Amino acid sequence: MRVLLLLSLGVVVFLLVRRVVIPANFGKYGHFRPAAMDEIRSRAIKFAGNQACEACHSDEAEVKSRGKHANVSCEACHGPLARHAEDPTSIVPNLPDTAVLCARCHEANQAKPKTFPQVATKDHSNGEACKTCHKPHNPQIGG
Amino acid sequence: MEMTRRDLLKKSGKFILLTSAAAAAWEYVLAGKAEASPNYDVTKHWWAMVIDPEKCIGCGNCVRACEAENDVPAGYFRTWIERYHVGEDLDHPQVDSPNGGHDGFPEKFKDSAKTFFIPKLCNHCADSPCVQVCPVGATFVTPDGVVLVDQKYCLGCRYCIQACPYGCRFLNPKTNTADKCTLCYHRITQGLTTACAEACPTQARVLADLKNPKDPIHEFLRTHSVQVLKPQMATHAKVYYKNLDGSVR
Repeated sequence: MRVLLLLSLGVVVFLLVRRVVIPANFGKYGHFRPAAMDEIRSRAIKFAGNQACEACHSDEAEVKSRGKHANVSCEACHGPLARHAEDPTSIVPNLPDTAVLCARCHEANQAKPKTFPQVATKDHSNGEACKTCHKPHNPQIGG
Repeated sequence: MEMTRRDLLKKSGKFILLTSAAAAAWEYVLAGKAEASPNYDVTKHWWAMVIDPEKCIGCGNCVRACEAENDVPAGYFRTWIERYHVGEDLDHPQVDSPNGGHDGFPEKFKDSAKTFFIPKLCNHCADSPCVQVCPVGATFVTPDGVVLVDQKYCLGCRYCIQACPYGCRFLNPKTNTADKCTLCYHRITQGLTTACAEACPTQARVLADLKNPKDPIHEFLRTHSVQVLKPQMATHAKVYYKNLDGSVR
């Protein structure tokens, strides 16, 4: 009799502990806690995406769409600006320094694809900022 | 008081019924808040990425964007770029990745041997060794095909780091848990592309949804020669490389 009582008590305690220890919905999609997906999903976004930029800067987007940089996203050069998109007045980004920025992509390197336009910046401009001659949104001279 | 067998069974039956009702109520309390993006249906997507090494210029934009988007600690990489220099010995190419390509690649080779860049990231394998080895269910494949780490459940045992055949995982020194590319799960579930693809100036990497019949990836996969890394590992990797050089490991 006492054994039976102890056994049923043990079963109940086990079930209770199991309920508390195993997270909600565990196993809904597989052997993991589905709430973890929501936690990762709720992270802050840093890159706003081109659509957000073009919503306000349609004039710049139009200039860019006519040149060689048409498919380069705004934040590829200007950096992550989701905070600026949320609050355009108080968070104003600095313009990138073209003497450093352009060379990141266009400095000559043997490993780069042969069709990609490359220059040895020292010979090409001797450290002068690229935007002296090239407009970054449409870099072709006279474009 | 003398207790008959019938009494005992009745009492223990009631006890079990009542506690399970309480437990069900407790589960309801624990169930928590609704999903973060209610319009996103996990069963309608199957995420992948297409990489075209012939477009990669090794600028490091992807590495820096990933670092900014995901607060990756300095010296650790969720995505990185490798430079391959393939001389006469095809089986032993020279590979380097200074600071993961974060600061670009200074010119190093002057000869005419084949040299190219290979961007790398988690392959989000459909049959992933890292998921199989996790002892606590902290790493998993989501129903939309992304391999994620549950930071609250990870013990930091590093088993998955050893299991990944691609070296895509690391132990985050801030959290002491396994860390890796999430394929910007917080972005792609809201209709944006990944930070690395957003920042890539040449579209060398493009996010793809294999369950979306309108995604251009379907035509791309039909009309191009596409490989995955280490196919012999049978991980069913979902990062596809166009015209991958045979020397790439």
